[in-house]
Amino acid sequence: MASTPAVLQSEWTKIRTVSSTRWTLISALAVTVALSAALCALMNATFDDLPATERLTFDPTLISFSGMVLGQLAMVVFGVLVVGTEYSSGMIRTSLAAVPQRATFIFSKITVAGLLALVVGMATSFLTFFLGQALLGEHRTTIGEENVLRAVVGGGLYMGLMAIFSMGVATMLRSSMLSLGILMPFFFLVSQILSAVPGAKDVARYFPDQAGAKIMQVVPNAMNSGDSPYGPWTGLGIMLLWVVAALVGGFLVLKKRDA
Amino acid sequence: MIELEGLTKRFGTKVAVDHLSFTVRPGVVTGFLGPNGAGKSTTMRMMLDLDNPTSGTVRIDGRHYRDLDEPLKYIGALLDAKAMHGGRSAYNNLLCLAQSNRIAERRVGEVLELVGLTPVARKKSKSFSMGMGQRLGIASALLGDPEILMFDEPVNGLDPEGIHWIRNLMKTLAQEGRTIFVSSHLMSEMALTADHLIVIGQGKLLADTSMADFIHKNSRSYVRLRSPQQEQLRDVLHAAGMTAVETAGGTLEVDGASTERLGELAAEHRIVLHELSAQRASLEEAFMQMTAGAVEYHAHLAPGAPPPDAAAPPAGHGAPQWAARDKGA
Repeated sequence: MASTPAVLQSEWTKIRTVSSTRWTLISALAVTVALSAALCALMNATFDDLPATERLTFDPTLISFSGMVLGQLAMVVFGVLVVGTEYSSGMIRTSLAAVPQRATFIFSKITVAGLLALVVGMATSFLTFFLGQALLGEHRTTIGEENVLRAVVGGGLYMGLMAIFSMGVATMLRSSMLSLGILMPFFFLVSQILSAVPGAKDVARYFPDQAGAKIMQVVPNAMNSGDSPYGPWTGLGIMLLWVVAALVGGFLVLKKRDA
Repeated sequence: MIELEGLTKRFGTKVAVDHLSFTVRPGVVTGFLGPNGAGKSTTMRMMLDLDNPTSGTVRIDGRHYRDLDEPLKYIGALLDAKAMHGGRSAYNNLLCLAQSNRIAERRVGEVLELVGLTPVARKKSKSFSMGMGQRLGIASALLGDPEILMFDEPVNGLDPEGIHWIRNLMKTLAQEGRTIFVSSHLMSEMALTADHLIVIGQGKLLADTSMADFIHKNSRSYVRLRSPQQEQLRDVLHAAGMTAVETAGGTLEVDGASTERLGELAAEHRIVLHELSAQRASLEEAFMQMTAGAVEYHAHLAPGAPPPDAAAPPAGHGAPQWAARDKGA
């Protein structure tokens, strides 16, 4: 068997020596923080114009994560490219000739890339929370309040899991273009739209992003969002199931198919 | 040593590789020859455990590829020159591979030096020309200083200097006692580098022979004579028990006689010669003849032209001996 620490080191070199790593992760952080900050400032300025129900269920923590709607897409791109470029460049054949044990290869890659995504996700989450609260003025909350720390840590986990889910999908589809073509519209449009349509909502809330995002809510029914059949940790658990399914699927495809 | 046993690969109903069994021995350059689409690359991918065989096995020094510890130290392969991440520098592409097999980083610099890429080591590999990409691929194959080396069409895209370099490199590596397995669809290329020859067509083994044997069996050698006293020369040859065939170009061709003997014979009878030369039918023709029935993609002939089978080199002059033998049998 190939030495796992050696393969981990090799995968770390792969990740740090391509520029796409840098720009996708910086985008994930910058877009999330900037957009959240803008929305927090806007909320602070227009709080009194909000409908009464929304004012009652106002969730300052959740608002400071609102930029993730866009920022998570950069995480998806990061996850897809980490795996997808192996296929688009033909590097996969060189890589598998060097590490023929499929499980060692793919799980080392996903471990290294996943940990990096979690670290960046966590940094993003804390940064966007503190900056957002600073801009919310009198409507702010603090990290010491009940459930707030859980939401902030959860936001970091959410970002990391989005990247890992994308890695699994890209391993299944073996193509960056195809993976991005499916994941980007799905997370940016399909999931967002369906979650707002009354009938489809019951299904959409089990989508990985919708379920996982629950962890970032502190106020129940935040922003008048309605009841949910599961709590924050169950929501993250549902997302985790999606991630596991994508990884298992990806591994099986890698194992069965010709490189 | 690489051993293939009944290796078979089916894509749907199409059989790409059909019960291939052969052994690649150390210390020599083994040429792997076949027309385009004969299954050479598929076979090589199965040897590296990249494609799963439908049936049969490949053993590298008695073990399955997947069971090799740090395989780059056993077998180095150049399959596709562009099989590197274009956004990464040549140095870093090799470093990733070296680290995964616990090969010292110093070795990366060494192989880059060996293939002549040191000046562009820090350049992104997508800026490389075909030839440079090929050199980078060869560097990656040499990285683990392996006993077995496998090159798929290594001269593709190389300039004459590069082709010369890779030929010598393969010979040197074989002289060091390594196993060299190299594929090509050009017989002429193989004749210059390979000691042993494995020929396949439509996935089937057509020949497994030493290069010397192949040349001996498949290339007819004869002597060409040209003389202003053609008639007289013919009589003399006839009297000496040799058959001379007159060609369309007005020369005589004699099988089974040395130039020395013919020269002396002509001198004895005071016959002027304008040409006396040893000739050899090309191996390319022998190879085409052998694989004629197994060519995957025939060029379509113009309407009215004879069918592809008849387009094979005509028997007779320049045709390999075995083809003539087959006709007699």
